[in-house]
Amino acid sequence: MNFSSFADFVAMGNHGVYVWTSYGISLAVLILNVALPILARRRYLQDEARRLRREELK
Amino acid sequence: MNWTWFHKLGSPKWFYEISGRWLPWLAWAAAILVSVGVVWGLAFAPEDYQQGNSFRIIYIHVPAAFLAQSVYVMLAVAGVVGLVWKMKLADVALQQAAPIGAWMTFIALLTGAVWGKPTWGAWWVWDARLTSMLILLFLYFGVIALGQAISNRDSAAKACAVLAIVGVVNIPIIKYSVEWWNTLHQPATFKVTEKPAMPMEMWLPLLVMVLGFYCFFAAVLLMRMRLDVLRRESRASWVKSEIKSLVGKSA
Amino acid sequence: MSSVFTLLLKRETRLLFRRPAELANPLVFFAIVIALFPLAVGPESQLLQTISPGLVWVAALLAVLLSLDGLFRSDFEDGSLEQWVVSPHPLALLVLAKVLAHWAFSGLALVLLAPLLGLMLGLPLGAMPVLLLSLLLGTPILSLLGAVGAALTVGLKRGGLLLALLILPLYIPVLILGSGALQAALQGLPAIGHLLWLASLTALAVTLTPFAIAAGLKISVGE
Repeated sequence: MNFSSFADFVAMGNHGVYVWTSYGISLAVLILNVALPILARRRYLQDEARRLRREELK
Repeated sequence: MNWTWFHKLGSPKWFYEISGRWLPWLAWAAAILVSVGVVWGLAFAPEDYQQGNSFRIIYIHVPAAFLAQSVYVMLAVAGVVGLVWKMKLADVALQQAAPIGAWMTFIALLTGAVWGKPTWGAWWVWDARLTSMLILLFLYFGVIALGQAISNRDSAAKACAVLAIVGVVNIPIIKYSVEWWNTLHQPATFKVTEKPAMPMEMWLPLLVMVLGFYCFFAAVLLMRMRLDVLRRESRASWVKSEIKSLVGKSA
Repeated sequence: MSSVFTLLLKRETRLLFRRPAELANPLVFFAIVIALFPLAVGPESQLLQTISPGLVWVAALLAVLLSLDGLFRSDFEDGSLEQWVVSPHPLALLVLAKVLAHWAFSGLALVLLAPLLGLMLGLPLGAMPVLLLSLLLGTPILSLLGAVGAALTVGLKRGGLLLALLILPLYIPVLILGSGALQAALQGLPAIGHLLWLASLTALAVTLTPFAIAAGLKISVGE
């Protein structure tokens, strides 16, 4: 461990703001990149389910 | 040499099956490598003697920048494969990889800018690397915009392929001219990402992060490609039965 | 083979002369953009002289881009592009003739107009040869690279803005080298290195881009 206390870890020697914003935003972008295809897939499957049900009713 | 694997790659069905098997492994590898790398880089790696703790941004900036550049090369390779062998999957890969590459470029730019504030005292400096990253972002935007502007799916993929190939031929020229322009206008300030010798405790987490980012890219790309394959091949019987089984599971 | 090349050059020349307004528009645009800058940053001659290399080059770049938007459009609409694609002659050679003809009138006119505008910006007479040479070597690259974008977007309804988006990033090396040459000349340094680099890029563009343009046209026609 490079830091003596948790407060030290958060402060990052006065550079906390920069380090944490870049990690935070990058993490958000990574999550967005995972979430978008998952959501698109779910929406696509829902549409397909609806279409299949309509076809069964006919 | 046996080329059957190459021809198999052309079959969307085969791709869908094999990628379904690979995806969980890649996703887990990405998750583990990135979390190990983040914790290692943030908490355990020693601080830099010049830049202090702001140097920890390197563990995101460099992997993202690596990935951004190699994804653009991958676009061009997929473009060549798609144009020469008329492989549909290469078209899918090209179109689905471009947005991920653009996001990676965005991460590299953003972290570079945030890093620049404590190092150079300004949010944006026209440094050679940042400038070429910005141009790379514009190149990605071009590919994405062209792909969306052309309504026919096949010609959109071909046009993007041509643009990506032209772009890849230009990238070294752009890179060198920007570097040269930079040295001309601001003589040798010290560079953040170039250390004379990085101690092992510093570059080992970086290596983990780079590997993690590549796995992450592969996993997201496979996810996007699988969905696109389902959409494109929706008339094929295997897709119909696959969708039926997927829908049955979720309902 | 070469007879087709010259025939096509003649045809393009004749077509261009039938619509002189299309030739003049990029030139007027070039002049207006240059005239906007003293109005925007002030008429101080020292400042204008320092920014003039970049200014002339950015304006030239935009003017070439603007003139390229319609490069293949009329040929696309009247079907002659399809004839080119199916003709037995290599398409790359045909498009090279087309782009060269276009450059010889719009690009060259731009080069000839540039010294006048350079003088208005306070560029010293000693820098004129470098200005002329750099534009002479650089504008063919701009035309050829822009033609790739024009070929890819010719079938689209509103391709103009998209063309700029696709092509402007690719123009950056030419911009850097061209304005760099001019800056060197302004400071009394030798500009020959920049000019040689520009020349090699021109050679590269002349040999490689026709194939990309041809591929782009085939895709646009095939759609």
